[in-house]
Amino acid sequence: MLSRVADSLYWMSRYLERAENTLRQLDVTMNLMLDPGEASAETRWSRLVAALGNPAGLEWNGNLENMAREVVFNRANPASVISCVSAARENARQVRDEISTEQWQRLNRLFHHIQSPEAAEQFERDTSELLSLFVDGIHLFKGVTDTTMIHGQGWQFIRLGRYLERVYATATLLEVFQAHLGTAPEGESTGYFYLEQVGLLRCCTAFEAYCQVHTADIATEKILSFLLLNRHFPHAIRYSVESLSQSIQAIGASGSRRSPDELLVSVGRLSAMLNYTTISEVLRGGAASFLRSIRQQSMQIHDLIYHHYVHYSIQSALLA
Amino acid sequence: MCATTPSGIDNLLGDYTLDHAFDEMREPDGSVRSHYRALAEVLAQLPIEELRRRKQSADLSFLTQGITFTVYGRDEGTERIFPYDLLPRLITGQEWQHIERGLIQRITALNEFLRDIYSDAKILADKTIPGELVYSCRQYRRQMRGLQVPRNVYIAVVGSDLLRLSNGEFVVLEDNLRVPSGVSYMLTNRRVMKRTFPWLFHRYGVRPIEHYPQLLLATLRSLAPEGCVDPNIVLLTPGVFNSAYFEHTFLARQMGIELVEGRDLVTHDNVVYMRTTDGLKRVDVIYRRVDDDFTDPLVFRSDSILGCAGLLNAYRAGNVTITNAFGTGLADDKALYAYVPKIIRYYLGEDPILNNVETFLMTDDTERQHVLANLDKLVVKAVGESGGYGMLIGPHSTAEQRSEFARRIEANPRNYIAQPTLSFSRAPCMIGDRLEPRHVDLRPYILFGEKINVVPGGLTRVALEKGSLVVNSSQGGGSKDTWVLQ
Repeated sequence: MLSRVADSLYWMSRYLERAENTLRQLDVTMNLMLDPGEASAETRWSRLVAALGNPAGLEWNGNLENMAREVVFNRANPASVISCVSAARENARQVRDEISTEQWQRLNRLFHHIQSPEAAEQFERDTSELLSLFVDGIHLFKGVTDTTMIHGQGWQFIRLGRYLERVYATATLLEVFQAHLGTAPEGESTGYFYLEQVGLLRCCTAFEAYCQVHTADIATEKILSFLLLNRHFPHAIRYSVESLSQSIQAIGASGSRRSPDELLVSVGRLSAMLNYTTISEVLRGGAASFLRSIRQQSMQIHDLIYHHYVHYSIQSALLA
Repeated sequence: MCATTPSGIDNLLGDYTLDHAFDEMREPDGSVRSHYRALAEVLAQLPIEELRRRKQSADLSFLTQGITFTVYGRDEGTERIFPYDLLPRLITGQEWQHIERGLIQRITALNEFLRDIYSDAKILADKTIPGELVYSCRQYRRQMRGLQVPRNVYIAVVGSDLLRLSNGEFVVLEDNLRVPSGVSYMLTNRRVMKRTFPWLFHRYGVRPIEHYPQLLLATLRSLAPEGCVDPNIVLLTPGVFNSAYFEHTFLARQMGIELVEGRDLVTHDNVVYMRTTDGLKRVDVIYRRVDDDFTDPLVFRSDSILGCAGLLNAYRAGNVTITNAFGTGLADDKALYAYVPKIIRYYLGEDPILNNVETFLMTDDTERQHVLANLDKLVVKAVGESGGYGMLIGPHSTAEQRSEFARRIEANPRNYIAQPTLSFSRAPCMIGDRLEPRHVDLRPYILFGEKINVVPGGLTRVALEKGSLVVNSSQGGGSKDTWVLQ
């Protein structure tokens, strides 16, 4: 597969994952802000902005609706949902002959919807409904991708984009939240405390899944454990890293003349770190540093993917 | 069967008037030509709603497949569907034989001309053609001098434009020897046509064209560098913004070869590679759909990022075949066109089978004076332009446009030619609910590898505007399927 094509598929998928993540976090945050909390609106907003990786231009100005519009519709902001969806579509357009017609149409429809006047109108009326419609659009795209595309290298690069973005975004989110959450007051769980914790789970569409495993017994340690180390939940970091690792192995195994050794080592190390640890060990060593390490490692994996498959030096390729 | 129009078709033929132009369907006395009769009968029997329904389903099929082209110079709605006419244009086996022989002769001679110009240039030494005409041509590439190209084939893919004059004779209007396009429309027109009129198609015994991609692949393969057994063949596209991008993706997919952009290619030690996730993969044959100027920034335009630096050197070293070769545009220069009959006689010692359109050279004083005095009757064309740009159509021009062209011709005579306004043939088209005659041309596709193949058919382009003579897609033309009968 051409490097350029792999690159486009990877970024198409990353941008969509990023858009979905932003939409969910925004929806949850807006919902939380309906309840008066211990945390001020400004604190909650800056928590959201931090969880999104501190994109520029989102300073709190006291008006939630304006801020939300900025996050969704501002084309000038490269982190906005509309920018991410446009970037995904542009990447898809460059490789139209490599993706299925169904994928293209689905993505096209989402792109046109998000920039339609109707969407702007509905945003005023029913923000939450609109945000989940957009998320639905992205889910449909993923479903169509998995059912209409050959599960070859191209598809694996799409998975790489999706899961790498997810690992990074979830680690960032947990890092930001765990600093704000602290632990519940001894023996009692206040309503506020509950709301914030459930908000965190909802950001990862994980509330129902969490309840199935732990019941509605909400505790910081359990939440962290679930989102970090669960091996069956698709938004958990461990699950995502496992998927990442599978895709990298599949790509590496597809007859590559140059073996992606460094990359395999790097993803294997991250995978081992999550497979062979318990939540109490994580907490003992400090959750923040554990999460930071995950983020750093995922950035490194991105670099290695790039160096190995896309922007490798000609010299190295000629020697191989 | 009677020779007159079947009565049921009379409603359809409301506005179908004959004029001095050759009509593909009807004899001068109004009767239907024998090879069109079966089609006319079918049309007579079909209710108009049914025709309309078939037209709609054909249109929809183009739309859903996303078969569009890009219109330059317009801000809004830049992607358009190529207008499609429901009725096929029929060419008899005998007519086709003549066209085929004529094209093979012409392409053989033109290829020989290119070989000669880029080696000994005997034809210039013999003064058969003025040397300054060749060396002042913008498409002449001195880098090609003395280069040995595989099988001596310079023009592997050609699309020549033919017209049919009032007397029924087919003539060549121009040869496209650089990067001719439109073959994807020829193929999709056929696909849609077979679905729209299956039994009619069957009854007519139409010669197939569907093997074109396979033939193209075989042609490209036969031109691989010497000693290359299983060549890696790619199609080089300028990218998504090119008006023919659909065709590029279509052909690459049909042939099962990689569609690459300049940025996918690197050269090292005069070898061309493409960047894949598997490392660098050697490229042996490039079917390029990028103009010379944009292929190699080291040699041609340094500001272009569409090509790949070092391509020409790799080509000169014989490590890669690039087709069509560089500098082939020389032989479709509109001024040199006037000399093609001479070229055919010079190299082959034969009379041309297909004639040229009469052409006036502005570099000749007498001819220029004649043209300047008759601008309102002639068509003036800039030699370097294509796609219907840079043209003056005398009878449809204003005095202001004519004086503007007169000024331009005086300033740069080498850059212009003039031809009589041709009344070329018309074929029946579905316009609204009626059959109306519209002017058509024909672009057959010629492939030159081990031998020369002409696919029986081609793209019939239609000037959909009533009375218009302009068939270019960029100027609002459409197309229809071309049936070559057995």
